[in-house]
Order: sequence, then structure tokens, then C-alpha cells
Amino acid sequence: MPVLDIGAAPDAATRNGLAVRDVAESLPLWRLCWTLSWLDIKLRYRGSVLGPLWLTLSTAIMIGSMGFLYAALFHMDLHEYLPFLALSIVLWNFVSALVGDACVTFTGAEGMIRSVRMPFMLYAARVVVRNILVLGHNIVVIVMVDVLLKTAPGALALLAIPAFVLWLVVALALSLLLGALCARFRDIPPIIASVMQMAFFVSAVIWRPEQLGEQQWLLNFNPFFTMFEIVRGPLLGTVPSQAVYVSALMSSAAICVAAWLLFARTRGRIAFWI
Amino acid sequence: MRSEMVADQVSLDFPLYHGSARSLKKMVFKQLSARMGSDSRSRVVVQALRDISFRLQPGDRLGLVGSNGAGKTTLLRTLAGIYEPMSGRVQVRGSMNALLDPNLGMNMELTGRENIMLRGLYNGLNASSIRRLADDVAEFANLGDFLDLPVRIYSSGMVVRLGFALATAIRPQVLLMDEWFLAGDANFMEKARARLEDMVRGADILVLSTHATSVVMEWCTRVIWMDGGRIRADGTPDVVMAQYLARDAA
Repeated sequence: MPVLDIGAAPDAATRNGLAVRDVAESLPLWRLCWTLSWLDIKLRYRGSVLGPLWLTLSTAIMIGSMGFLYAALFHMDLHEYLPFLALSIVLWNFVSALVGDACVTFTGAEGMIRSVRMPFMLYAARVVVRNILVLGHNIVVIVMVDVLLKTAPGALALLAIPAFVLWLVVALALSLLLGALCARFRDIPPIIASVMQMAFFVSAVIWRPEQLGEQQWLLNFNPFFTMFEIVRGPLLGTVPSQAVYVSALMSSAAICVAAWLLFARTRGRIAFWI
Repeated sequence: MRSEMVADQVSLDFPLYHGSARSLKKMVFKQLSARMGSDSRSRVVVQALRDISFRLQPGDRLGLVGSNGAGKTTLLRTLAGIYEPMSGRVQVRGSMNALLDPNLGMNMELTGRENIMLRGLYNGLNASSIRRLADDVAEFANLGDFLDLPVRIYSSGMVVRLGFALATAIRPQVLLMDEWFLAGDANFMEKARARLEDMVRGADILVLSTHATSVVMEWCTRVIWMDGGRIRADGTPDVVMAQYLARDAA
């Protein structure tokens, strides 16, 4: 028999326990999470002929046009630059859309939160799964570029797998963190948006880290770059340096700890904020 | 194990965030200026619930009465586990269904069938139960081919029928119901009444928030009169409703 037991949580230990319970209760709901995420994508493109293939198409057009422009601007060989750009843009779009969505984790699910009790982790997982589905559509572009130019990542690419798993953990944490913050303070989403735009230009997304020359070590202090590089590097056939890994792991740990502390503290208040 | 619902000294403040209370900039400046002397955490707080205690056993049908803003809906949401109390405790044993707002999280852009599937998943049903749910709802709501079209294009009558069919398709042990549920056009109510009564009879415990005296007298075995977030009176329908109506006359 299902039992609902909720009470005031006066101390940190109780609050942490309730947050753990929230996460545990969300696990059996994976089917609901999958369905909600898939319907999100379907709804966005309902009534259009190409449907979610628009995602693939617009990414392909963007990479095609940017590829020619920047190869000329940076005096680079298109044959070498295009695979780099395709991978970078697709991955960055994933990161940036995810961060944007994370801001509306809870405010975007207002109707559901106010009409039925669900673990809050479900909403965070929905944001992450939805963006993985989008990424799945865009990976097609990378494959197309690789096939056309006959380039393929080697066995080193396998190193990207554990890094991507780390991304997903951080993505869940960010969804909880930004979701709660943005529900309480409505002026945070525009701040996040402009930070992400700035990060796009300073994090070696469309230019190669080597182009910085002697100043390249500075990039290790940019958490956006190091987090990004641990997945992109292996896919391009290079192993990121130890400093990159250390910086990425430290940033991830910081995000996860901050997210957990904030989530445990605010979980019971989110329903009042949205 | 028997169904049970216990509210123990439940209190809840409802913070109202409007305008500048939502602003991070304002909050930061307030913190800074507070350090320099003026101290005000000017957050508007409504005392939504105060010291609400009761215990319901199987067979209990509790009616909540009170004027608008007395805290009836907030109490229902708290019992449903949507709002968490600031002090006190809510314990509910048994499967629970809360019918709180007419659309009940229905997504207007999705088709009727997709909404049915989602509702089934919210309630943790498996694939075959969801199919049965879809058949049951489709038959009662009588939507025909509209079932595979977005709810957005339904007539208002169709939306009500779908919402009602969905809400009454899942039979809980503990049923929480807001008064909107009893409103509706007379023709539809005729047909819906049997189904609703069936669900109410099937539930071990019912908590119903309403304005209508007739509903309370017919369905409830106990009435709590809420006033300003507190329990003003608690007893049998005869006694409490007499007091409640006398207040109206005064």
C-alpha cells in the first residue's frame, strides 16, 4: 500500500533524507520521463512536414555555411576544419540548449507540479532526456560530414564515453540547480543566456585551441572549455591533457555539490515559487 | 492494512512573490543595504493554514466548507503532497487521487489519446492497464475520432467530458476533490453522476471541498468549517452546517 508521509524538515539531515527519497522515487518513473521528453520533441514539430528532421537540417545548413566562412577567415583547410566544426557545433548546441532548458526545468512544468505530486528529479531528467533526443538528431550531421570527407574518429573516441556520462550527471545537477534558482529569481535566465553566449566565443568552440599559441594554458582555467574538451578531444583523435581532466572533474564536482545543497534546501519550496 | 489520513498540527505560510520579490538584483541590494542599517525582509506572506489536525478512517467522508480564501484548496493541495507543510505532518496510507483543477495537467496541444497515456503513466500503470484505461475513457467521453486530435480543437463540452472521464477512470482508496468537479451542465451531470458516485463509494476516504450545502448533506459524514486558514468548527454535517449557515444569515 502506498504511503505518503510529509512533514516539516527543520534540520539539514532530514532535508537531505527527503532529497534522497525524491531521487529514489524518480527511478521507477523512467517510462514517464521518456514519454514526456519524446512528446516535448514531437509537439515542437507537430504539423511540420519534416518534423524533428528540421533539427538535422538546420544544423547541417549552419555548419555548411559557417564551415566555408571560417575556413576562409582562419586560412584553414576546409577538409580539416569542417569535421572539427561539425563536431564542435553539434556538441556546443547540445550544451547550450541544455543550460537554457535547465532554467525552465520547474517553471516549464508548472501545471504538472501544481496538480500532482511527482519527484522533482523527474523534471530534471526530462530536460536531460529531451536534449539527448535532440542531440541524436544532430549526430546525423557529424556522420554525414565524416562520410563525405572520409574522416573517422579512431579507437581513441571511446574515451569520450565516460566523459559523456559525466556530462549527463552534471546536466542533471545543473537542471536541479538552475531550475530552482530560476524559479525563485526570474532575472537569472537572461543572465545565464548571456554567459553562455560569451562562453561560446572564449571556449575554443569554432577556433582550435592551438591557435592561441603560447597562451593556450589559459584555457585550462576556463571550465566551459575543459568540460567541453573531455568529450570533443577524444572524438577528434586527441587525448586531452591531464590539466584539462583535473579542471573538468573539479568543475563537475563543484556543480554537483552546489546543486545537491541547493536542491536539498529548496525542494519543499519549489511548488510555491512556480 | 487500512487506508488512513492523518493531519497533525499542519501549518503553512504561502509566500507571495510579485514584482520585485522575484528580482535577484533587488535581493542583493537589500542584503547589502541591510548590512548598513535598515533591515527589512519585506516578503509578503499569507498564513494559509494554521494548526490543522484531523484523522480519517475508512468510511469517512469529510467536507471542507468556508468562504473563498479560507484555505480549502491549499489544504487539499497539502493533503495531496503538492505543498509541503512548514510545521506539522501529513500522513496518508493508500493510493490517492487528487482532482484539483479542471484540466488536471492535461496538455491542450496533445491528442486525447496521448493525454490518457500520460495520465496512466503518472499513476504508474503498465502498458496493458493503459490500453484498458484508454478504452474506458474513450467509451465514456464518447469522443469518437476526436480522440486522435489535439485537445486544443475540442469543444468545451468535449474537454469537460474527457477531463471528467480521465479523472474518474482511476479508482483510488483516498479521493481528494475540489468543488469545480461538481459543476457542469445538467445533461452531462446526469450521465456523470452515476460514474462519480460509483468512484466515491469505491473510495475508502473522501475529502471534498465545496460551497454547496446540498452536496455536503448528501455525501459527507463529517464537516470541517475553515476560516482564515484555521478550523473554526469540526463535527457532523447537521451541527456544523447549521452554524455555518447561521453565520451567513448574521
